[in-house]
Amino acid sequence: MSKVKVTVATSGLNNVDSPGPGISVIRGIRDSMDIAPRIIGLAYENLEPGPYMHEYVDKTYKVPYPSEGVEFLMDRISYIHSKEQIDVLIPNFDSEIFVFIKLADRLKEMGIKTFLPTLSQFEERHKSNLPKFGEKYDIQVPDSRPVTSLSDLDELRDKSGITFPYFVKGKFYDAHVAYNSEQAKIYFNSVSAKWGLPVIIQEFIKGTEVNVVALGDGMGNTIGAVPMRKQYITDKGKAWGGITLDDPSMLEFTQHVMKKTRWRGGMELELIRTSGNELFLIEVNPRLPAWVYLAVAAGQNLPEALVKMAMGMDVPVFEKYDIGKMFIRYSFDMICELSEFQQLSTTGEF
Amino acid sequence: MQIKKSLAISETGFVFDPSTGDSYTLNPIGLEIITLLREGKSRDAITKVMTQTYDVDSHTFERYYYDFLGMLKQMQLVKTDE
Repeated sequence: MSKVKVTVATSGLNNVDSPGPGISVIRGIRDSMDIAPRIIGLAYENLEPGPYMHEYVDKTYKVPYPSEGVEFLMDRISYIHSKEQIDVLIPNFDSEIFVFIKLADRLKEMGIKTFLPTLSQFEERHKSNLPKFGEKYDIQVPDSRPVTSLSDLDELRDKSGITFPYFVKGKFYDAHVAYNSEQAKIYFNSVSAKWGLPVIIQEFIKGTEVNVVALGDGMGNTIGAVPMRKQYITDKGKAWGGITLDDPSMLEFTQHVMKKTRWRGGMELELIRTSGNELFLIEVNPRLPAWVYLAVAAGQNLPEALVKMAMGMDVPVFEKYDIGKMFIRYSFDMICELSEFQQLSTTGEF
Repeated sequence: MQIKKSLAISETGFVFDPSTGDSYTLNPIGLEIITLLREGKSRDAITKVMTQTYDVDSHTFERYYYDFLGMLKQMQLVKTDE
């Protein structure tokens, strides 16, 4: 059977020590037996490694940050589409997904398909909304409060009952454990400077962090899900090694979340398993994670399934995956030509 | 005491717990004992095997044996209802 030609534009090409999911998503799509992809990289910076990884990315275009304005981004996507005829667009950063959800209808009119959650699904799973999310869907979550100033931080103990240690989290990324008010203030300042307000204060749940990558069809069904435990964590809290788990309770938990929220698209659940074997949901990331290729290697090609679902193709539910499959991330000094860097820097594409 | 059925134990003494992702390495004696435990052998039967095979008396062996079992419990490698 001949493969279907699909042009996929994707971001998250910052394959650095705290990598975006782009390259892993592309690896999955390239592994497909049914799709012959042309991969268009969407880069925000000239030194993102993805554009120079020619075995994965066919052509790259610089795009403006969503914070520079929706119309600037839309104009740029229109230009890229006029050159490349994009079939499917996969945004891979939390910070850009909101914008692409807003643009989804306009993109669809142009012939660019996405497979994203709805705006309300996206909004209700924000870290600052986690307590309401837990209550609404009957899911155990740690107490979380948004704070917008240092005085809010001082009043937190009286108002919420959250005591030290607790997490200080950015609205998109970053998490630090604060053991006292001095540390909390330092982390508040650094996180708010980087990610803006509010900063999220989250109750510290003692236990082991475990994660699930999953794909929902938007009708309450889980197309695939693979649980993983990080075996090696960097100083930024990112997985440098991980292993798939045989944990039916994590799969049940995921199916419950999918069924209740009717999530559409990729998702990563960050969970804490306590010593009493309870699962607490600490974060819902609205996209496939950087470690998604582990799921592909374990037998669930979720990036390929996402592209197929965006294209309206039939995707069977994944019933199994390999247990004990591991990944180990590594660094590699890629040698690049100045001419490529020059071209991307000056023309914004190559 | 029963060893978790889901544990994967290799001939070289590598133990993998698929429910937690944890892995451990056993020395040859540990591997022998855990294999006997998996076969459902009683403490007396295991003691008999080990004292016949190795130069160790039953009192000394049992001290190490209980120490080993304590470690298995601590690492949650035994069934939780035990």
